[in-house]
Amino acid sequence: MRSLNRRKKLLLLTVGMGVVFFGIYGLGILIPEEWVAGSFLSARQPPSLAHPFGTDALGRDLLLRTLKGLSVSTTVGLIASGVSAVIALLVGIAAATGSRWMDGAISWLIDLVMGVPHTILIILISFAMGRGLKGLLVGIAATHWCSLARLIRGEVLQLRSQQYVAVSRKLGKSSGWILIYHLLPHLLPQFFVGLVLMFPHAILHEAAISFLGFGLPPEQPAIGIILSESMGYLSAGLWWPAVLPGLTLVLLVLLVDNLGEQLQSLFDPSSAQE
Amino acid sequence: MEQKKETLLEIHNLSVSFRMYDHGLKQQDLQVISDLYLTVHPGEIVAVAGSSGSGKSLLASAILGILPGNATVRGHLHYQGQELTPERQKALRGKEIALVPQSVAYLDPLMKVGAQADGHERPRPTKKRRQLFQRFGLPEETARRYPFQLSGGMARRVLVSTALLTEAKLVIADEPTPGMGLAQALEALRMFREMADEGRAVILITHDIDLAFEFADRVAVFYGGTTVETAPASDFKEGPSALRHPYSKALWSALPQNGFHPIPGFQPYAGSLPRGCLFAPRCPDKTPQCMTDVPPVREVRGGEVRCYYGS
Amino acid sequence: MKGTLGRLARIFLTYSVKMITVLLAVSALSFALVSQSPVDPVQQYILGFGTAISPAQRAQIEDYWGVNKPPVERYLHWLSELLQGNLGESLLYRRPVADIIGERFLNSLGLMLCAWILAGVIGFTLGCVMGMYRDHWPDKLLRRMCYSLSSIPTFWLGLMFLLMFAVWLRWFPIGFSSPVGLLDEEVTIGQKLYHLILPAFTLSLASFANIALHTRQKLADVLNSEYVLFARARGEGQWTILRRHGLRNILLPAITLQFASFAELFGGSVLAENVFSYPGLGSAVSAAGLNSDVPLLLGVTLFSTLFVCVGNMTANLLYGIIDPQIREVGA
Repeated sequence: MRSLNRRKKLLLLTVGMGVVFFGIYGLGILIPEEWVAGSFLSARQPPSLAHPFGTDALGRDLLLRTLKGLSVSTTVGLIASGVSAVIALLVGIAAATGSRWMDGAISWLIDLVMGVPHTILIILISFAMGRGLKGLLVGIAATHWCSLARLIRGEVLQLRSQQYVAVSRKLGKSSGWILIYHLLPHLLPQFFVGLVLMFPHAILHEAAISFLGFGLPPEQPAIGIILSESMGYLSAGLWWPAVLPGLTLVLLVLLVDNLGEQLQSLFDPSSAQE
Repeated sequence: MEQKKETLLEIHNLSVSFRMYDHGLKQQDLQVISDLYLTVHPGEIVAVAGSSGSGKSLLASAILGILPGNATVRGHLHYQGQELTPERQKALRGKEIALVPQSVAYLDPLMKVGAQADGHERPRPTKKRRQLFQRFGLPEETARRYPFQLSGGMARRVLVSTALLTEAKLVIADEPTPGMGLAQALEALRMFREMADEGRAVILITHDIDLAFEFADRVAVFYGGTTVETAPASDFKEGPSALRHPYSKALWSALPQNGFHPIPGFQPYAGSLPRGCLFAPRCPDKTPQCMTDVPPVREVRGGEVRCYYGS
Repeated sequence: MKGTLGRLARIFLTYSVKMITVLLAVSALSFALVSQSPVDPVQQYILGFGTAISPAQRAQIEDYWGVNKPPVERYLHWLSELLQGNLGESLLYRRPVADIIGERFLNSLGLMLCAWILAGVIGFTLGCVMGMYRDHWPDKLLRRMCYSLSSIPTFWLGLMFLLMFAVWLRWFPIGFSSPVGLLDEEVTIGQKLYHLILPAFTLSLASFANIALHTRQKLADVLNSEYVLFARARGEGQWTILRRHGLRNILLPAITLQFASFAELFGGSVLAENVFSYPGLGSAVSAAGLNSDVPLLLGVTLFSTLFVCVGNMTANLLYGIIDPQIREVGA
C-alpha cells in the first residue's frame, strides 16, 4: 500500500511539476515586454486585484516580472544543472575506469573546485566572461558537478567488481561495450536523481549571483534582481517586492526538491529520507 | 512431598515475535520464540544450550526488556513471584539482573575500559573492580585502555567483571567463555559457581556444552525458539540413555568426544515453523501426531520434556 | 600517543603539499580568468584617477601587471610579487589589498565565527533531539524544517529578517558593523555584537541543517549499536546513554564536519554581508567584482581558498585523531 501511495505521490508531483514548470515557462515567454513596462503613475502600489504582487518603484507589475524571472531562472537552472550532471557523469566514469594517475588527478581537481567558495568562483568566472547570462551559466555548471561525480565514481567502482562485468570481460567484451551495456543503464537513475537534486541548487545560485549583480543585466526580470532592487525600498516599508517574489521562488524550489526526494526514494529506497 | 524450592525466575508460554516489512509492502509477524519455559532457582546455574538461531540470546533481551521496538512479547515472565512488567524490568536491570554480553562490540569504542566497567552508578565501585581485574589477570593499565586495544579474551574478562561488580541476584551470561584460554574460562565459570553458591542465580547461555555441564546444575536445551528439555546436568554427563528428548540425545551425539554424529536436516527458520512439534521434521521417532499437534511439557524423572514419547 | 602524533604529522605534511598545489592552481586559474576579462586592470586603474596620475605612477602600475609581456611571464611576475606579500593596490579603495583584506577579514571573522558557533550549537542540539526522538513527531517536524531551510535562499531569508526585526519591530539596526557616524575607537564591543546578531543568525541558518541531519544520523547509528544495548541492559536511561555514549561518539565527527564546511560558510557570508551592508570580505569581493577591482578580487579569491584549506586541514587532523579507534574496532 505504502509503495503504491509513493508512486501515486510521485506521479502527482511530476505532473504538478510539469504543469507549474511549463506554465511558468510559457507565461514567461508569452507575456509581452510591454505589459511589464509600467508607468510612474502606478508606482509602488501594494498588492491589489489588478496587481496581485503589487508594483515596483518604476510601476512595473511584480507578478509578471516574477513569472518572467522564474522562467529565466528555470532555463538557467536546467541548462546549468544539465551540463553539470553530464560533466559529473564523464568525470565520475573517468575517475573510476581510468588509471590510478587519472583518479588522483580528478580527486585533486575536485579538491580544487571545492577549495574555492562557490560564490567566489562564480563571481570570478562571471567577471571573466563580462558578466551576463553566459558567465552565469558557465559559473554554475562549473561548480555543481563535484558531489555527483564522487557518487558516480563510487557507483562505477562497485559495478565493476560485480560478477557479470567480470564475466563480460572474460568473454572478451571491450571496455566500451561494458560501459554502454552494463554501466550506463545502472548509472542512469543515479544520474537523473542527481540532476533533479542539483536543479534547485542551480536555481538558488542563479538567484544569489543575480542578487549580487553578477548575473543577468539589471533590465532583465530575474528574481535575484527584483530582490536586489527591493533592498533599496525595504527601509521605506515596501515589503511586497521582497516578500512575494522571494516566496514564489522558495515554493518553486521546494517543489523541485520534493520531486527529487521522491525520485530518489523510488530508485534507491535505502537512501530515502523516510 | 517436599516443599517446592523458592523460584527466582519463572518463564512459561513465552513467545517473542518481530514485526517485519516484506519489501516495504507486507507486514509480517516473525515468531522467533514460541512456548518457551524456563525456571531458575536461587543458588543454581542453569545452562541454556542450543545451536545459533534457537533463540538463546533473544531470551536474555526479553528478560531484561531490551528487545527492539518492533518486538512483541507474550507469556508469563515472573521474577521473585511478581510479574516482570516493562517498568519493573527497567528498575531491575543492571541492579538485580545483570547481563554479560557476547563480544567486545558491546563496549563503547571511545570510552576507557575502567570507566565502562565501573558503570554509570555512583559511587563508582572502582576498588572492587581493581580486585576483580587482578583476579582475572588483567594488568593494572587495562583500565586505561580503549576496547580496541584489548584482546578478545581480555575484553570478555572485562565484560564478565561488569556483571560481577553488581549485586545482581540473577546474572545472564551470553556466551561468556569463547576466546578465553581454558584457564581463564575455568576461572570465569568458577566465579559464576561462587556467585551461585552465595545464593545468586546464573543463566549461562553457551555453545561450550561440555564446560557448561561441568559447572551447571541444570541444562535447558533450546530448539527453534522453544525449550525441548530441561534436565539435571548429571544426565548430560551420563549420556543419551539418561536424556529425555530426541534432540538432546542428538546434541549429545554430535559432540566431538561422543563420535561427532550430526543429525541430518536444519533447524526451522522463524516464519516457516512446522505446525506440530518443531523438531518433528528431523526426528527419527516421529509419529503422525507429532506433525500436527504441539506436544505439551511433561515432567519426567526430575526433568521436563516437550515430547509425547520422551521417558 | 606517539603513534597518534606521528600520524597527525603525516596528515599535516600530505595535506600541506596538497594545499600548496591547490593554492598555486587557484592563483593560476584566477589570474587566467581575470586576464580573459574584457576589463583591463591598468586602464581601469588609470581611469579611476582621471588625469591626476603621474607618468611614474603609471609606469609602476604597468610594471606590476607586466603590461605588454606574454601571459605566462605576467603570471610569474605577479606570483613572485604575491609571494613577497605584495598583492597590489585596490583601485576601489586606493590602498594596498593586503591591508584591506586584513582589516575586513577581522570583521568577517567575527561574523563567520558567531554564525559558525551558532550553527554548530543549534545544529548539534537539534540533531540530538531528532536522533533521540527518531520517527516521532519532534523528529519529523525538525527534519521537515531542515530540508525546507536548504531550499530557502540565504539572502532572501536575510531580507525577511531585516524587514521583520529591523524595519517593522525595530529591534535591530538595518545593517553595518557599527553605528553610523562613530569612529572605530568609539564603538563598543556591545554595539558590534548588537549589529552582528541578525547577519550571524541568517548565516547560521544557511548551514545548521546540514550538521543537524548529520548528527541525527550518527546518533541513530550509535543508539542502534550493541554497546548502547548493553548500556540499556545495565540500567542506563536514555539521557544517561546520550550523555555517556552518544555525545562521546558523535561530538568529534560533528566538529570535524563543521571545519569541513568553511567553503559554504564563506560563500554564505558574501550574501549575508551584502544584505546587511556589513563591511567584511564578502561585501568587498562583490564590490571588487562589480567595479573591476582586479587586485582585490584576486586577493580575496586566494584568501578565501586559504581559509577553506585551513578548515579542511583541521578537519583532516581531527579525522586522524578519531580514525584509528574506529578503524581498529571495525576490523
